[in-house]
Amino acid sequence: MTLDLSLLPDGGLQWLAPTGEHASIVLSSRIRLARNLAGFAFPPRAREGERLRVLQAVRQAVPQLEGLCDGVVVRVDECTAAERLLLHERHLVSRELAGLDAAQGAPTAGAVVVTGDVGLMVNEEDHLRLQVFRSGFDLEGALRHAEGLDRGLGGIVPYAAHPEFGFLTSCPTNTGTGLRASVLIHLPALVMTQEIGKVLQGLQHMGLTHRGLYGEGSEVLGNLFQISNQTTLGRSEGELVDQLARVVRRVIEREEEARRVLRREAGYIIEDKLWRAYGTLRHARSLSGEEAMQLLSGVRLAASLQLVTGLSVYTLNKLLIFSQTAHLMHGAGRPLTEGEASVARARYVRLVLAAEARITD
Amino acid sequence: MLCDQCRERDAVVHLTQIVGQSVAQVHLCERCAAERGIETTVAEPKHPLGDFLQAVQQQASQLPGDLPRCAYCGTSLQEFRASGRLGCAHCYAAFDQSLRELLRRVHGATRHAGWRPPPVESVNDGELPTADPASRVEALREELARAVAAEAFESAAALRDQIRALE
Repeated sequence: MTLDLSLLPDGGLQWLAPTGEHASIVLSSRIRLARNLAGFAFPPRAREGERLRVLQAVRQAVPQLEGLCDGVVVRVDECTAAERLLLHERHLVSRELAGLDAAQGAPTAGAVVVTGDVGLMVNEEDHLRLQVFRSGFDLEGALRHAEGLDRGLGGIVPYAAHPEFGFLTSCPTNTGTGLRASVLIHLPALVMTQEIGKVLQGLQHMGLTHRGLYGEGSEVLGNLFQISNQTTLGRSEGELVDQLARVVRRVIEREEEARRVLRREAGYIIEDKLWRAYGTLRHARSLSGEEAMQLLSGVRLAASLQLVTGLSVYTLNKLLIFSQTAHLMHGAGRPLTEGEASVARARYVRLVLAAEARITD
Repeated sequence: MLCDQCRERDAVVHLTQIVGQSVAQVHLCERCAAERGIETTVAEPKHPLGDFLQAVQQQASQLPGDLPRCAYCGTSLQEFRASGRLGCAHCYAAFDQSLRELLRRVHGATRHAGWRPPPVESVNDGELPTADPASRVEALREELARAVAAEAFESAAALRDQIRALE
């Protein structure tokens, strides 16, 4: 199967447009609901036939649902390795569903239904993983949208539930609401002022957790953190989201405060550092993924401190996703070695920045 | 510094033992210290799931005879312990006792407080709700093949009848 990206509504990346609140610090807000269909074994245990029937049931339900009916169903198990990686880079498909670590590739009947701001994974660890993305800091908006879709879907394909435990999931860490709310947040000033350790520790005390850009098991790159709730049972969806939102608001304040301190205490050092990051991105001929993330973090900070003007947050968000390996390969129309990808990455970043180079000194 | 006992891992527990008149220094890694029953703060599991799987392990080791197995999907408590994944909705009833304790440890609660779907089909303790018929037939066919291979013709005949009834 060839994945035609032009068919995906907004490429499944509507959140890249920085329309939401605090968009220069919070890149996106996400709500994920884990659900299983009643009557079928959970995907890791299910036979192929069962998995296919689950997918069939979802396919039949999708056109009946407002908010999902214009969604494109992508059979992940029929995609090439590069296409699967690309979907993963867009956060539409988890590492597990993309089969990135498995020799046999994606699991049978693994699929994702994509709209501009929704990705519904099918046959991942649970039958359904509904993800709603929002630009900026908008957990409540994402929750409302996810709940609407969830209730609609649950009315067509009955979910596995327990009178006491609530929604049943493959891993008991998701049982109950099946809800994982998270924000993707950029905290360079807290990292530079070495305040981040305390902040992350504080999160743990509040029953929250942090991960890297690509969720569980991924490392923190470019000062981008995903902050999310850890428990899913015993409190309502609204309470879980409220608590996370309250803490995130506090983290945003601390990041803003750290940015003010940096400017006040180390004005020219920071300015120099950020301009150097911009200079490297603007002129480098080879960039590793990690280096690009680190430098982009500097430029993002420079833009939000208004040191660099004329560079939109949208461009920076786009660079974050489109400078990744599978996206570069897609642009080149062929597989790239690591070295080739570094050269292609540097070229892509240069072109995008040059197009917006209305920088004043 | 290497662990005095296994000589493989780094020693993180430094123990001063006083036996009678003699004083001895013992340096142990986390695991060997735990084996000797020495409580250390470093030996605490760092992830709630780790906590939780350890608890299943403890409970399982106390169970006499066979470990419980889910009657619907065949997942055993042992398999769950190894993978951390349940096989189906009925596993929640099959492993109720262990799970209840584990859910409490992980989430601090066992009672769902969020949105509930309209009661179409929910899993009640001890009662298997109707499965998807095609999946049930598939499971029965596999069981039939096993019965034939084991020359258990009586149960094979019963299984065949069940399959016919479903089809």
